[in-house]
Amino acid sequence: MKLADKTAAELQELIHTKELTIADLTEKTFKRIEELDSDVDAFLALNQEQASSQAAEMDQVPFEERGPLFGLPVGVKDNIVTEGIETTASSRILEGFNPIYNATVVEKLRAAGMVIVGKLNMDEFAMGSSNENSYYKNTKNPWNLETVPGGSSGGSAAAVAAGEVPFTLGSDTGGSIRQPASFCGVVGMKPTYGRVSRFGLIAYASSLDQIGPVTRTVKDNALLLNVIAGHDEKDSTSANVDVPDFAAALTGDITGLRIGVPKEYFAQGVGESSVKAVKDALKVLEEKGAICEEISLPHSKYALSTYYLIASSEASSNLSRFDGIRYGYRTEKAGNLLDFYMNTRSEGFGDEVKRRIMLGTYALSSGYYDAYYKKAQKVRTLIKNDFDKAFEKYDVIIGPTTPTPSFKIGEIIDDPLTMYANDILTIPINLAGVPAISIPCGFDNGLPLGLQIIGKYFDEETVYRVADVFEQATDFHKKTPHIWEGAAQ
Amino acid sequence: MAKMTKEEVIEVAHLARLAITDEEAEHFAEQLEAITNAMELLNELDTENVEPTTHVLEMANVLREDKAEPGLPRELVMKNVKEQEAGQVKVPTILD
Repeated sequence: MKLADKTAAELQELIHTKELTIADLTEKTFKRIEELDSDVDAFLALNQEQASSQAAEMDQVPFEERGPLFGLPVGVKDNIVTEGIETTASSRILEGFNPIYNATVVEKLRAAGMVIVGKLNMDEFAMGSSNENSYYKNTKNPWNLETVPGGSSGGSAAAVAAGEVPFTLGSDTGGSIRQPASFCGVVGMKPTYGRVSRFGLIAYASSLDQIGPVTRTVKDNALLLNVIAGHDEKDSTSANVDVPDFAAALTGDITGLRIGVPKEYFAQGVGESSVKAVKDALKVLEEKGAICEEISLPHSKYALSTYYLIASSEASSNLSRFDGIRYGYRTEKAGNLLDFYMNTRSEGFGDEVKRRIMLGTYALSSGYYDAYYKKAQKVRTLIKNDFDKAFEKYDVIIGPTTPTPSFKIGEIIDDPLTMYANDILTIPINLAGVPAISIPCGFDNGLPLGLQIIGKYFDEETVYRVADVFEQATDFHKKTPHIWEGAAQ
Repeated sequence: MAKMTKEEVIEVAHLARLAITDEEAEHFAEQLEAITNAMELLNELDTENVEPTTHVLEMANVLREDKAEPGLPRELVMKNVKEQEAGQVKVPTILD
């Protein structure tokens, strides 16, 4: 019996009818990873021993005490700390780092009975859109192993697309869940800023970072957000608001729903295939009773510059903690104290991280602070106002997730500005702080395309409802990459 | 706004505690110049009367009770320390 295409509900059905145990499921998961991950390279560390013994114990828990995700495997992005499992954020500077506590989301996964199978590759410190900035390996896109999985949560998206694991966690600062979800043809949600605790997430840009779920279906995504959402006193930016049952929001009814379609998201630089796939998707939603109208988010074109100034400034501050003293990489070339710091950091960080640290240091330095950092914060207000205004009239905003499908490994890695442009349609959402999901909506030459559904603050429910209606009406989520065909598990 | 020159890159790298070679500085200067040029776009906008956004949610300072709680055990805290002696973090000699 192959399990890779099963949803959470289908897996639980097999477990409840005793056709499958949690121990079997865990073993099969590791076998599938062993089979496929030499090609995909999604995982960094595996947690096989601990997961296997945990699974055997969990089979003893009575069915009535189990929740919907109990006993199911989950992978975690490597910038989320896991006690006893090496956590590197794909950086050399954290090689061998063994966290002494769990991130709040990891505690929540464990409390829900999920089995953590391992840590997923990413762009170093979540800076990148292709996973090529990992110090350790290049993750490949399961749809075409010569192309990138996207980033920075490339491992999280690729592992799900390869059917190695049905659930993963990613993090999204400027598109890092949605862009790889789009490239890999899976479902990726960036919740409202503050919806999920960031405690234990290795900080990149603290005013933008948010953890979210990656899955094959919308329903499973909502179930995983149910597990990880909620206020946390250990994260002072986590929002003290009620957490609804997101899965219960999938009513299948979008009659009268008002959809704003921003003309800027179909402008120059956005490829024909993305435009067409999204326009077709809007027709599907109209047939289901939604009303689509063109709108304008006039400050969209300023989002990229605003983002790189704010995110780099915050990164330059956050990453100043890596000094080689108490943990992490330490240089052999000590010399004096200054040399010690400078050599440790230069040897420990990759080029993209250095670029952003330098850009941020520059933007925050005396004489440039007002012109760069403060200016960007003011433009951020204008971008946020665009969304506030649109949401007075519309329930959701819909556009493409990315301008193009995935691209070849090595194709644009030496051209930072072109690489950054991958995120032009996802970045504004982080600046505003609203939730958004990417779901599969088409293909271009065998590579997946994503539909981005953006919601009001803390209204992930409507986003999920719309996403589910589209998923139920189409079969893009049922398509699987060729590498599935040869797999024994 | 000014363009980022090689000299500025060296200065900024020093501020950020990054050692870079002359060659790297030149390469980074090229890339950072292109990036900062792209940022100039923001100058089109009049933001004279716009308040900056530092945080998207309406949130005040979050305070907790000022109550002492036990910290982590020393051996746990020292777990990732590269070199240690007598429960202390050992660092290389840094005084000439």
